[in-house]
Amino acid sequence: MSPSLTLVLLVGVLVACGVTLILERSLSRILVGFVLLGNAVNILLLLVSGPAGAPPIVGLSDDEMADPLPQAMALTAIVITLGTTAFGLALAYRAWQLRGTDDVQDDVEDDLIRRRAERDEVSSTFEEAAPGAVPDEEGADQ
Amino acid sequence: MLPLLTLHFLAAAVAPVLVRYLHRGTFPVLALVPAGGFVWLLVHGRPDGTDLEHHSWIGTLGLDVSLALDPLRWTLSLLVTGIGALVLVYCTSYFRAGDPGLWRFSAVFVAFAGAMLGLVLSDNLLLLYVFWELTTVLSYLLVGHNPERSANRRAAMTALLVTTFGGLAMLVGFILLGEHAGTYSAAALVADPPASGPLVTVAIMLVLVGAVSKSALVPFHFWLPGAMAAPTPVSAYLHAAAMVKAGIFLVALLAPAYADTPGWRAVLVSLGLLTMMVGGLRALRQYDAKLLLAYGTVSQLGFLMTLVGLGTRSAALAGLALVLGHALFKATLFMVVGVVDRSTGTRDIRQLSGLHRRMPVLMVVAVIGAASMAGVPPLLGFLSKEAAFAAAEDLGHDLGWTVAGPLTLAGLTLGSILTVAYAARFVWGVFGPAPGVDPCSIKRPSYWLVAAPAVLAVASVVLGLLGGPLTELLAPHADVFPAGAHEPELTLWHGVTVPLMLSVLVLVLGVALFVARHPVAAVQHAVVDRVPMPDAERGYQLVLRGVDRLAIELTGRTQRGSLPFYLGSILVVVAAVPGTALLLAWEPTDVRVADSPAQVVVAVVMAIAAVMTVRSRRRLRAVLLAGITGYGTALLFDLHGAPDLALTQVLVETFVLVTFVLVLRRLPQHFSTRPFTLSRWVRVAIGVMSGVLVAGLAYVASGARVADPISDGFAKPAKEYGGGSNIVNVTLVDIRAWDTLGELSVLVVAATGIASLIFLITDRATLPTTRKPGHDSAWLRNPSLPPERRSIVFEVVTRLIFHAVIVFSVYLALVGHELPGGGFAGGLVAGLALMLRYLAGGRRELDAAAPIDAGVVLGVGLALAAASGLLPTLLGGGVLQSAIVDVHIPVLGTLHLVTSVFFDLGVYLVVVGLALDVLRSLGGGIDKDIETDHDDAQDDEREEVRP
Repeated sequence: MSPSLTLVLLVGVLVACGVTLILERSLSRILVGFVLLGNAVNILLLLVSGPAGAPPIVGLSDDEMADPLPQAMALTAIVITLGTTAFGLALAYRAWQLRGTDDVQDDVEDDLIRRRAERDEVSSTFEEAAPGAVPDEEGADQ
Repeated sequence: MLPLLTLHFLAAAVAPVLVRYLHRGTFPVLALVPAGGFVWLLVHGRPDGTDLEHHSWIGTLGLDVSLALDPLRWTLSLLVTGIGALVLVYCTSYFRAGDPGLWRFSAVFVAFAGAMLGLVLSDNLLLLYVFWELTTVLSYLLVGHNPERSANRRAAMTALLVTTFGGLAMLVGFILLGEHAGTYSAAALVADPPASGPLVTVAIMLVLVGAVSKSALVPFHFWLPGAMAAPTPVSAYLHAAAMVKAGIFLVALLAPAYADTPGWRAVLVSLGLLTMMVGGLRALRQYDAKLLLAYGTVSQLGFLMTLVGLGTRSAALAGLALVLGHALFKATLFMVVGVVDRSTGTRDIRQLSGLHRRMPVLMVVAVIGAASMAGVPPLLGFLSKEAAFAAAEDLGHDLGWTVAGPLTLAGLTLGSILTVAYAARFVWGVFGPAPGVDPCSIKRPSYWLVAAPAVLAVASVVLGLLGGPLTELLAPHADVFPAGAHEPELTLWHGVTVPLMLSVLVLVLGVALFVARHPVAAVQHAVVDRVPMPDAERGYQLVLRGVDRLAIELTGRTQRGSLPFYLGSILVVVAAVPGTALLLAWEPTDVRVADSPAQVVVAVVMAIAAVMTVRSRRRLRAVLLAGITGYGTALLFDLHGAPDLALTQVLVETFVLVTFVLVLRRLPQHFSTRPFTLSRWVRVAIGVMSGVLVAGLAYVASGARVADPISDGFAKPAKEYGGGSNIVNVTLVDIRAWDTLGELSVLVVAATGIASLIFLITDRATLPTTRKPGHDSAWLRNPSLPPERRSIVFEVVTRLIFHAVIVFSVYLALVGHELPGGGFAGGLVAGLALMLRYLAGGRRELDAAAPIDAGVVLGVGLALAAASGLLPTLLGGGVLQSAIVDVHIPVLGTLHLVTSVFFDLGVYLVVVGLALDVLRSLGGGIDKDIETDHDDAQDDEREEVRP
């Protein structure tokens, strides 16, 4: 089956643009990139499913129908993208409200672990054997 | 046997409830379960061969509930149930009234007893492993009973890690052995062992790692003394009948078939003798009576492992007799320590003084237990020790050990001398006078507390006198081994033989060692202080620390906390690995330039818009450009022959665009400026790489398709079973309705997430519950927008079309089965209608248009979809099956009704709920924030004016 070169190239361009955007730090840019990627993937689904055809409605046309299954998948994907994008927007707004910017910051916990690694320390939950601590069924540590 | 096990776990389940009503009185009730098992075993009598009981469980894994009862298992089960019942009775008086941890303790303890019973009754090795690890986990909870001391937490963790490590090694051994032999039945593996070879040797060695770690042999011995952090009744049970006996049991079970495996005897006998020495020497240095006994157990476990590991007939009998003897005297002694602890408040033998006068009965019990441990006639401990010496004496004949035999005998003798010394140290230390300490004042213990150890002490005496019958009872276990130089026998009097002379020697030297305890202690301390000793516990600590440090280093290097870095790494890997696969699979395919000229035009516009989106520095501009690609996608869908997709895409794109604008009005106009650096080029490079990869994938995947699409067969069933002509819609609501149901759940979660992010509370936007007087239902009468933001034209248009749009949305949802449309499209249209009302009149207008909580709409929608899926099963159909009903309505004609339309209405409602949540949160919620900020700003201005 021969694909349409136009769509192949278009998918490539959309993915390239979408990926470039989601590698940014600004959440609103990431979301725009996400929308581009969503469009690219939906087109990809149709593209690899076969050539264009008549709408898959029984009795509408005598021509060869387009494959209905990827269409059903793409349809759910479109609506999921809507839900996810809206959720991302709420996140971006919340981040802006709290910090005055919608940029994704580096994780603080991870930074703490990195500092521990630099200082050659053990993790915060690691319990060294305390000198003089004896096991007993009753009582607590001093 | 299965009901017996089940009863234990049932008892564990009801124990917390019983504790609420009976408090400490729960323990005697719970004791009935193991006691019942004990009686059943006695009535059943010792089996002559192996009784098997089989229940299928997970056949494909070879994991079945197959239980067995043979002489070895029968003996151990008697110990597990009998001592378990006595310990539970002992608990009644041991714990203080009103102890808040009893509900948990009672349940865990009974479950532990059940797991141990399951372990010794399992025939299937995988089942045995399940019970094995169950005892590990439950013992973790028992040892960590009081987690307020850091030492207790560490002790529990050590017990868990060490025994789980061994357990996992053992599991690998089991699987190697089971897969090689084709069966996991221990009975079959012992009766018909696979031919020896490197694989069997490796498997057996791994199994021994498990046994050695569970039974606390060197180098894993250090977990057992720490386990005394558990309440004393647990120690009594764990040291005597449960947990540590598991390793001994496993070795005794496998010895008849595998004792000749290379390395078996070398490992077990050398580790056993070494453990016997180490435990004995360390017991001699302890002042805590409980710790002294714990090291004593370590020593005795070495003794036991040596005997069961030797794999000769006489050693097997001696080993089993010692298992019995050790269980009786060790449980006695631990319970005695518990009584002393409860009566005086201390276990330190330097503080305990004069108890021989105050607690004479308890002292008699303790002396019997300690004497049995030391091997004093006529107690059971003496019988088993004599038998052990006799077995070791015969090693030269039975195994041809001309050098190792006498060495083993010497090792056992030396270990026994230490045993006598620490047994004397225990009795003297606890009950005798302590120099410079006044006799302790005591709180008299209850009779029940003394009764349990007394029963066991009596058993040690009685069984010691019944050597002949005991030999007959235990001999069938030993008889599976080939006959040795002498037929083994448990008896008080063999005549004047080497074992007897050794016993005398052991007692004399042991007592001498005790009498000379001060100089001996001085020498021990001097040696320990000066000579560096390998310390297994220190090694364990270093390993734990090392693992923790490694984790920190690895996490610190790889987990940078930067989202772009993570995404970039993932994408580079995607390009590298699947990209390589793509190149390897590359095959030239015919291509068409385009499906139609229109396609080229649309694609070019979209590509330009996409590139401009990336270059855009203004937020709004970027969003509008991305919107162009979205509408373009809709056109492409239509050109491809996907009207449903095109319709949905247009609606979604419009909704997303407006939502973006609603949020962006609060965010800065420009993206934050970032210096034009290398990282930007890296991003672009990764983007281009991904684009090339996906384009290549599209090219190859299109050409690689050889099979007919599965959907070729959709058209006919869609019409016949699904009752619709629109195949895409029938696919969504019927053929692949499960997917759609999953998707609806995702939408509900997303909508809830949006609302909680904006309103920061779990219930959604608060609706005005009472209408203001004079506020009638007319639209747009008192909109919440300021006058300068109102538009007459917009309001009029909204009034004109709102009803029509809502009706149209329902129409779309209903005709979806036949024509383009469906629940998704219909819901989106309704959502856009609500958006229109909101934009024209503000958030109060939205509340007037949809005076209902979005959560209710979402919930009803999901429930409707789920109910329409479940309902057919009640009517005898499959889940989500549709039925087609043609209803003849007079005058109007025939209504072609497919039940999946209810599913589609559920979809409709969920989408409307999502739209409502988005509008309330990102529209109305943000409006409210703006108003608040505005008011604050005005307040600030006023304050500035006032002074």
